[in-house]
Amino acid sequence: MLIVASLSVLVLLSALAVVAGSREITHRLVHAGCAAASLGLLVAGLTHLGIGPGGSPSIVLPLGLPWMAAHFRLDNLSALFMVVVDLAAVAASIYGIGYCRHLPEVRRVTPFFPLFLFGMNAVLLADDAFMFLVAWEFMSLASWLMVLSDHKSAENRHAAVIYLIMAAFGTFCLLTSFGLMAGAGGTYTFAAMRQAELATIPAFLVVLTAVLGAGSKAGLVPLHVWLPLAHPAAPSHVSALMSGVMTKVALYGLIRILFDLHGDVPWEWGAALMVIGGASAVLGVLYALFQDDLKRLLAYSTVENVGVAVIGLGLGIAFKDAGEPALAALALVGGLYHIVNHSVFKTLLFLAAGAVISATGERRLSGLGGLLNRMPWTGTAALIGAAAISALPPLNGFVSEWLILQALFKGPGLPHWAMKFGVPVVGAMLALAGALAATCFVRAYGIAFLGRPRSLAAARADLHPTPASMRWTMAALALLCILLGAIPVTVTDALSAVVQPMTGLHFAVSADLGWPWLSPVSSTRGSYSGTMLVMVGTALFAIAVVLAHGLGTRRVRRADAWDCGHREDIPETQYTGQSFSQPLRRVFGTSVFLARETVEMPEPGERSPARLSVRMIDPVWVWLYDPIARAVNFIADRVNRMQFLTVRGYLLMMFSTLVFMLLVVAWRQQP
Amino acid sequence: MGAGQISYDVAHLIGATVLMAGLQLLYQRRLFAVINTFAFQALALAAAAGWQAHVQNAPHLYVTAGISLVFKAMIVPVALHWLIEKLGIHRSVETAMSIGWTMMAGVALVALSILLVLPVTANAAALTRESLALAMSVVLIGLLMMITRRNAVTQVVGFMALENGLILAAVSAKGMPLVVEISVAFSVLVAMTLFGIFFFRIRERFDTLDINDVETYRGDRQ
Repeated sequence: MLIVASLSVLVLLSALAVVAGSREITHRLVHAGCAAASLGLLVAGLTHLGIGPGGSPSIVLPLGLPWMAAHFRLDNLSALFMVVVDLAAVAASIYGIGYCRHLPEVRRVTPFFPLFLFGMNAVLLADDAFMFLVAWEFMSLASWLMVLSDHKSAENRHAAVIYLIMAAFGTFCLLTSFGLMAGAGGTYTFAAMRQAELATIPAFLVVLTAVLGAGSKAGLVPLHVWLPLAHPAAPSHVSALMSGVMTKVALYGLIRILFDLHGDVPWEWGAALMVIGGASAVLGVLYALFQDDLKRLLAYSTVENVGVAVIGLGLGIAFKDAGEPALAALALVGGLYHIVNHSVFKTLLFLAAGAVISATGERRLSGLGGLLNRMPWTGTAALIGAAAISALPPLNGFVSEWLILQALFKGPGLPHWAMKFGVPVVGAMLALAGALAATCFVRAYGIAFLGRPRSLAAARADLHPTPASMRWTMAALALLCILLGAIPVTVTDALSAVVQPMTGLHFAVSADLGWPWLSPVSSTRGSYSGTMLVMVGTALFAIAVVLAHGLGTRRVRRADAWDCGHREDIPETQYTGQSFSQPLRRVFGTSVFLARETVEMPEPGERSPARLSVRMIDPVWVWLYDPIARAVNFIADRVNRMQFLTVRGYLLMMFSTLVFMLLVVAWRQQP
Repeated sequence: MGAGQISYDVAHLIGATVLMAGLQLLYQRRLFAVINTFAFQALALAAAAGWQAHVQNAPHLYVTAGISLVFKAMIVPVALHWLIEKLGIHRSVETAMSIGWTMMAGVALVALSILLVLPVTANAAALTRESLALAMSVVLIGLLMMITRRNAVTQVVGFMALENGLILAAVSAKGMPLVVEISVAFSVLVAMTLFGIFFFRIRERFDTLDINDVETYRGDRQ
């Protein structure tokens, strides 16, 4: 009931935004309404999870195709993703109340924001393929329109075109997948698809198209190309939802098909998903490491984190197929935990980036710096977010990556030799991605928030104070990062209930030692307690503070601070984003991105500075997309000539087609 | 009705004559010869329709035969003759494909039609089967003629030969409804095509004259 009401409110808000025109109060009202509706959905999801496996209420509404009503159903999996989506949605909506004032084209955003939220929630609730795809397209098109909101920049228009192509490709793949599952009978309800038995080739194609379709939306390498273009182009609170949440809705689609509707995926697909996930994790973070644009950096980091979550899912498939439901549950809990965590800290980081942009008008790292003093709330929240995404204990990012690694350590126990050798490789890739992610966020945070301002706009950031709604949202999300890391057992217990129908086994990650200890394998093999860590850490910190203040001297001494080798009045002498990542560019860039550095030295006697320029290529574009684009253009050119034939030419084509088909008929008739 | 019966043999003979006329159309080198061959084909078609009207005891087919005789075998050829002389159209057939190859393609199409139709209609009456194969060959040869000849008049003749094939199929099948209406409709269509070509040529000519006038006039004033 609450869900239906909230969803209706979202649709009504969209209509209101269209009707009410472009006054500021309208935008604020719509965003506040979105926050209220998302809160309703969040409460509904949490309640369903909290009650436990108490059945899955479903509802059939007389909507959609005339011969088929619209089926909706809320089970544990959709409830979990509803919590993920609407938690971020509440934050982004409240943030939007203050943020929408700074947007140049806010009237092109407000009407679609509620529709976007509606689409994402409807995907999670859909219980037939038709409603799923309609809602999926709602989500895609609403977000596409918001990407295009600032349509005056050519870069955004380019991003929107690429996004539209990839979204169409993804939906096409999912449509094929559902069509194959529905079979010749054409029953599109999920209930019927669960019962259906698939032959070998259709079963293979179902998984392939599902991975392609959901993967392109989630941003798995090499289908990620639209993501770093489109996510930064939208307004920041929309970017936060697209990056933090929409990719999760795509993963929900993948999980729904692979574990629920198909339900019997062979281990080879698990291996393939792990490889794709590992490649996404490493490549995503490498891309992120070399970005100068703050929002694009965050978008690439999303590719990495989706990859991490997909490693968990792939491992779950492999363990499940090998008859190890407990380990499958562990891998899946790890993957889902990472999905929850990433939605929290990526939303937080995008919102912080939005606050930085609205205060300085600057997205390039090379124009930022010294913001921690000028924007203390944003700086502190972003620090917690950056620490969480770098997987530092006791924050939430650590717990989920640790769980996935624990599951990976059991990988050599799998019966297949490919997996015995492959799993440690994926584990190494995950570890590498984790280390690079930490570097990446040390760089992003250090360059943007520490040091001296690199531009006048950054120096004057304190002249544009961040509105209260934005500050409190970021603070709440930062607290949530700590909380999700501090009570890991509570979270894993809830996730175990979600995973249970997928693996058929109730598996408690904390079984051995009990609350608050996580001991996934056994009490002697590895255990972790975020709760204890937070408590002990706080206690030690308090003791240190008391000791420092109680025993230290009160005498004030003044001395020059060490200036790290750069003068205060010349910010150019600081480390830049480029120089920070240069060693890693030397290591990885030359092989992966074919990076070439050239130094232009001035002639003797000339007073101009020497210049170092770097040229890098994007291997995915060069090796995959450019050939496809060239092939499409080539074919289009050839087809275009068919517009200028003579009458005889057209007749010839019709005639040859006719004769060809007659030949086919004649050949088929031969006994 | 089968082989050996006079009605079958005569129908078969007339149908084959229509097809032979179709093949004959392919190797004519002069426009007047093409038109005369076409008139002959239309005459054969009229005979086929009339014979079927007699055999099937279906008087409405006499109307089809009459239309074919009057309109296609007389009015259209005469009109085409008049057009060619009036407009001074070049009188040789311009081929896009050599005549030998065209003939071979035509024979191949006949073979294809027989291969195709005879197995499909295994349960139908013998007369219908043979006639359908003949009619389909005529249709395909008409299409082939439209493709392999450049001149507009030969294309119109090709189209009309195609249409003759359709009518042949329609009159051969017993109990085919709307045969008369179909033949009337096609005749109107052909008439419109002819008028279209005629007016198109006239307008083209006068447009050219007009432009010449304008240019001469400007030249005089200088």
